[in-house]
This record gives sequence, structure tokens and C-alpha cells, in this order.
Amino acid sequence: MTARGQTPAIVLFAGLALFPLAARFGADAYLVTLGARILIFALAALSLDFLVGQGALVSFGHAAYLGIGAYSVVLASIAGIDDLLAQALIAIVAAALFAALTGYVSLRASGVYYIMSTLAFGQMLYFLFVSLSALGGDDGYTLSSRSRLIGKPLLESDFSFYYLCLAALALAYLVLARVAKSRFGRALNAVRQNPLRARALGFRPFPFQVAACVIAGAIAGVAGTLLANQSEFVAPAFMSWQRSGELLVMTILGGVGSLWGAILGAITYLTLEETLSLLTDQTHLLIGPLLVVVAIFGSRGLAGALAPKSSGRAA
Amino acid sequence: MSLALLAVQTLNGLQLGILLFLIAAGLTLTFGVMNFVNLAHGVQYMVGAYLAAMFAALTGGFWSALALTLPAALAFGLALEVLIFRWLYDRDHLSQILATFGVILFLNQGVKTIWGAAPLSVPMPEALSGSITLMPGLLFPVYRLALIGVGLATALALYLLINHTRVGMLVRAGSTDAAMVSALGVDIRRLFMLVFGFGAMLAGFAGAMVAPILSVEPGMGDNLLILAFVVIVIGGIGSIRGAFLAALMVGLIDTLGRTFGPQLLRLALSPSAASQTGRALAPMLIYILMAAVLFERPAGLFPVKR
Amino acid sequence: MSPPLLSVEGLAKRFGALVVTDDVSFSLDEGRLAALIGPNGAGKTTLINQLSGALPSDGGRILFAGLDISAYDLPARAELGLARSFQITSVFPELSALENVALAVQARSGSSFRFFGRAAREEALNAPAWTALERVGLRARAGDLARELSHGEKRLLEIAMALALRPRLMLLDEPFAGLGSDETRAAVDLVRDLKSEYTMLLVEHDLDAVFALADEIGVLVNGRLIAWGTPDAIRADAGVRSAYLGEEALA
Repeated sequence: MTARGQTPAIVLFAGLALFPLAARFGADAYLVTLGARILIFALAALSLDFLVGQGALVSFGHAAYLGIGAYSVVLASIAGIDDLLAQALIAIVAAALFAALTGYVSLRASGVYYIMSTLAFGQMLYFLFVSLSALGGDDGYTLSSRSRLIGKPLLESDFSFYYLCLAALALAYLVLARVAKSRFGRALNAVRQNPLRARALGFRPFPFQVAACVIAGAIAGVAGTLLANQSEFVAPAFMSWQRSGELLVMTILGGVGSLWGAILGAITYLTLEETLSLLTDQTHLLIGPLLVVVAIFGSRGLAGALAPKSSGRAA
Repeated sequence: MSLALLAVQTLNGLQLGILLFLIAAGLTLTFGVMNFVNLAHGVQYMVGAYLAAMFAALTGGFWSALALTLPAALAFGLALEVLIFRWLYDRDHLSQILATFGVILFLNQGVKTIWGAAPLSVPMPEALSGSITLMPGLLFPVYRLALIGVGLATALALYLLINHTRVGMLVRAGSTDAAMVSALGVDIRRLFMLVFGFGAMLAGFAGAMVAPILSVEPGMGDNLLILAFVVIVIGGIGSIRGAFLAALMVGLIDTLGRTFGPQLLRLALSPSAASQTGRALAPMLIYILMAAVLFERPAGLFPVKR
Repeated sequence: MSPPLLSVEGLAKRFGALVVTDDVSFSLDEGRLAALIGPNGAGKTTLINQLSGALPSDGGRILFAGLDISAYDLPARAELGLARSFQITSVFPELSALENVALAVQARSGSSFRFFGRAAREEALNAPAWTALERVGLRARAGDLARELSHGEKRLLEIAMALALRPRLMLLDEPFAGLGSDETRAAVDLVRDLKSEYTMLLVEHDLDAVFALADEIGVLVNGRLIAWGTPDAIRADAGVRSAYLGEEALA
């Protein structure tokens, strides 16, 4: 990766790192809480961008992984495991399994049929958790406290929780950017650009696509564990199709393919929603048309508009 | 399990299926002919219901409301087409998803702003109110029977339109190869507008028809939209026949599954386990069905060959 | 005597009632270059698609070095050593020419399930890619995106990709199509240069090129192979002359 291509990402992460310090002097700690929430969704959007941007796999069920991660925390804490890393590991395994199994079915279809298949599986998981009254069903489950990190309640401080989320986001970004440039990433990209040509060279699309689903699902699962800790509450609504749609919107808004664009898209979408909600409780009257305008006029998303040269595919 | 209960739920399932068909028909055509992912189709249905409620309040009667809603829903659909959707026909699905998602947000909030969040009611027409006895012990609302009847008539009319008129032939041709149709000198823009407007009108019509028996509230179209997508995927995108069969299947399986699923499971499991599993599985059934269909036929039951 | 590299027996393909490939049989020995000619719509590209595995056949067998590959799909045949170029140029538009060819190298060298380590820096991938690009004369355009190449350069890129696979058999579908006279001459020289190292089956319309390069020529008309032989034999064949060539073309 050229240094120039990395500039937007560096600027972005620098800004995110400095944000809580600015917030301390500015408004209130609420901003840091909000910031952590935004970082979590940015993490989920980042993983979705990997799927959509590198693999051309438009998943309309990605919020399911947020749910898997969140409920992993619930189930783990019921079983007495309250260490965050252990919970994240459980989430990763569960998410990877779900991704592999559903991917096996969904990837037999292509185009819109694939999209709808991912939606179906997201809905199945949603209804499953709605029916589990032991976990609160539709009303959700309240966690008694945040998870512990290496035995200590490090997450209780909103400040340190923010930086934990930022660290997770930065790590995920580095990993995905690296994977995109690897042999695997190149093959995945080739399958996206010209599946027939890729097959004529001897590449079978299926294994690469399933692997991409597993990677993206696992990362979104981790985001789910963080989400559970952020709100100390978990509900099936975390994995509604509307949530999946919002994740897609954040990714598309940011500009598909650049990875850092998805982070920017999440920040923009959620900040906008939050800001507008201070002015009116009818935020969607403004956000809706905005999305329409962006869709019609902005084909490369925010990343494409702000830094055209660095907004191409990460590979 | 009484025969009467089975009959009632079968009829309910048919009614849901017919409703789904009216919504899915427009969706599958839009998709098939224009390759356009229209997430906003669900709010089209909702707008139809709200228009019916508004006209009913103004004119005081159901029939006049229905008569006014049809052209209004058509006009509304065409307005969306002209203002927003026609700029997205040759864009990728992602842009279409983004835009139509924005339309959903806007309209769901919009109806809440204009009419409030509380459900509106639409009066049931006198002539169709009440229930009739279909067989001993089986009472069924007349209105719902009328709904089924109207829906079947519409399906028949649609079938005749698509398969036996020139316009229908153009639509079918457009589903297979829009560029070719255009090259043959047909004004493809007008065809698109026609298809879109007609689909919007059908959805609005469905919304108006169910307004007396369902609550008219913001977001009422959201879950039906998802079901409609399930229907067109199972049926095969672009196929009216597929949409019809799939809609009936989905309506019946969903309704009967919810009612009788736990009972059937009791044959194999303990009552409490059956009840738990039944409640978990019932809403999932149609998604399991869709996944199973896609596994065997990745392009739906009646795929339109492009 | 070793079996022919490619042996086609009674190959057939139908689209409903339309017979596109009609009982086609021929064989190609290693090291030879055969060309398939025939009028438009004769089914040449369909045949290439059947041979490469892009299109399943309705009848007949395809033997590759004695192995029955009729049931093998496209990637499987590529792995066995069947490389092809496409009639309508098919490359990876967002990758550079070098990356395109390096991908072909990657397909044949080790696992693609390596998640770390930059593929762009791998000498094991780049060195053979440079060699292939050099061979077809595209070295100067290595860093340019494939979609920015001219039509002729894209055709050469496809050949480079085929070479990078180190194939046993190359199936080239109209490699000279759309090339100017200079480009065609260069391409013909390239193919002649490759003849000594690779077995090739060409589909072509350019009869000058065909008669200059081919060891054997097959004539496909309405899906049937009406003749197969050396260029001289084909030139002399009365059936071929009346069906396709026409007296003037051979003058």
C-alpha cells in the first residue's frame, strides 16, 4: 500500500483517537458513549464492506452477526464466563459456523436471489431469539454489568471502553486491508470482477466466497460482543432486517470498496441521525431524502468524493 | 383439531396469500422488467391504506374511498418513478437499495407526521360486514371472503393481461431482454412507467382493501415487503404465475404452520417442548421454505430465462 | 506411440430442437497446431466452450491425454492444463496487466488461501508474469490497468495469461479478431513462435493466418465437421470449396 493511499485512513483514526479528549473539554461524557456506539457499528460496516467491496456479496442479513455476538455475551455470562476475550472467542466461533452453514446455502444462488437468501437467514435467527423466552424474547435481556478484561472491570469506564472499541476497529482495519492484498484477496477480487475468467484460470469461486463470509461474520460477531457491553442490554431487534439495511446503507454511503469509507459512512450516518434528533424527532424526514440524493448523485460514496485516489478497492 | 378450525385457517391462509400476491405481482414485474430492487414497494402498500383512510374520512364511505384511492395510488407511484426511480434504472443494485431504503424512512416518518403514530381505522362497507355460515360450526367474515374473491379475480385479469394482450407481450419480452425490446422501437421508458405505475397501483389497492380489517399504522408495509420478496424469490423473479403460486404457498404455510405447528409437534415431543419449538419454528417456516427452494432451484420455481 | 493430446469423439450439443454441434470427431497430437474454420454461426465458439468446459455437452466424449474429461467443469479442465482465450476479450479490468498475468501464475503455483503477505510483492508470481508479458510484447504496459489497454493489447494479454498457466493445450477463440494488419502480423508471428512449445487449437476467420500457421485444419459447417486435413488437402477439397471457401479466396 502506498503511503498516499493510506492517508485518509490515518487521518480518520487520528481523529477518532483524539475525539474523547476533545469531548472532555467540550460537552459531556455522553459523547464518548455515543462515540463508542458509532465505533461498534463502524466495525460491523467495515466487515460488510469487505464482503460487498471485495467479494461482491451483498448481504442483507449482516446484522445477524451483531446478534450472534451480543447473545454470545448473554449466554456466556449466564454460564459464568464474564471475560471479554473469552466471550469474543465464543462469538467468533458461533459467527463463523453460522456464516459457513448459511453461506453454503446462500452461495448457490446469485444476484438478488443471494441477497434474499441472506435476508431469510437473518430473519430466521431473529425469530429464533424472539421465541427464546428464557433470554427475554422480544423484550430482550439486561446484563448485570459489562464484561471484565483480564479479570478487571476495565470496561466500566466509558473512556477506556471507547479506546477498546477503537483498538478493535483499528485492528480489524489492518487485518482486512492486509487480507485484501494477499493471494486470497486477489483471488476473491478476481472472482468478483470476472467470474468466468477466474474459473477459466482454475479458481473456483465458492471456497473464496465462503471464506469471505466467515471472515466478515467473525468480525461483525466481535462487534456484537462490544455492542452488548455498550448498552448492557441485548434484544432480537439488534438483528432485524432494518438493522441489516442500515449497515448496508452505511457501507454504501461511505463508498463501497475502500474499507475506510465504510467507517466514514457509519460515522456520518449515525452522527447525522443523532444530530438531527436534537433538532427534531422526525429525523427520517431529512435522512431519507439525503440517502436518495446520495444514491442518485454520488456513485463513489463519501470516500470517492473526499479522496478519489485513495477510494479505490483496497486491493 | 376440528375440521372447522382447519377450514377457517385455510381460508385465512388463502387470504394472506392473495394479499401477498397483489403486492408481489408489482414487485416481480418491476424486478423482472426493469431489474430494479424496489424496497419501497411496501410503503406503496402502506400509502394505499392511508389514502383509503383519508378518503373514507372525507367522503364517509368505503366504496368512494376505494374508488378515489386507486387513481391516487397510481399517481403517487408515478410521482416516485418520475422523481426518483427512473434515475436509478441503469445503476447497480446497491444504489437502488440505498435510495429505496431512504424512501421507506421518509414515508414511514411522513405518515407518522401527518396522521400521527396511532392506528387509523377505515369503516367496513355495510354490504360486506358480518359473517356467513359456510358449514355447521364454521363462521367466516364476509369481507375476507370478498377479499379472496377480488384477489382471485385480479389474478385472473392480470394473467389475461400479461398473456393475451400486446402490452402484456411487451412486458414479457421486456422481462427477458429489455434492450432488445427497445431496439425494436418500443418506447422503453413508457413501458417502464407503465409497469411501475401499475405495480404501485396494485400494492395501493391491496392496502386499501385490507384497511378495514388491519390496523393502518406507520411501518405496516415493512414486514409484508419482506414476505413479498420471499414470495417473488420462491416464485421466480419476473413470473406472475410463480408469484401467484408462491404467494398462496407462503400464505398457507405461514398461517397453518402457526396454528397447527405446535399441535403436530406434540406427536413427537412433550407438550411444553412442542409449544416452545412450535413458537420458534412457526415464523421461520417460510424462510426455511425459501432457503430450501433456493437450494434446489437457485433461480426460483418458474425462472424467467434471460 | 502416445495417444493424441486431445481426442474428440462424437461431440454433440443441442439447444432445444436446434442442433449446434453435430457428431464432431477429431484428434490433435501433441505439438501440433490445428485451426477450426467455418462460416459464421457454424458453431465454432460453441465447440470451444464445450472443449474448455464452459458449456456441458449433450453427447460424445472428450479425451485429454487419454483421460475422459467430459464430466469435468471449467476450473477442473484448467487445472489439467487446458488454457483458453475468449472471443470477446475477458480479462480483469480493475487489475493491471501484470496483476492479470500474475493471477494466472497464482492459479498454478501453490495455495491461494494465503491471507497475509502481499501478493504484489511475490517474486514467485511476478517473475513468470514478466516473462509471459515479455513473450507477447506487453512488457511496456505491465503497470497499466487492463481496462485501459487497447483491443489488440487485451488480446495479447489473454494470450499471456494462457501462457502463464503453463498449459498443455491452448484453445484460442479468434485471437486475431479486431486487430489491424500490423497487429495481426505481430500476433501471427507470436503464435508461430509458440508453435514449437505448445499444442494449440485455434478458431479463426482470418484465412491467411490460418493457412500460414496450421498443421491441420478442420472445417465446421452447421455444426458438422465436413473436412479435416492438412492445409493443402483442405484447399483441394471440393466439398469445402463449395460450402465455404469459394474459388476466389484461394486464388
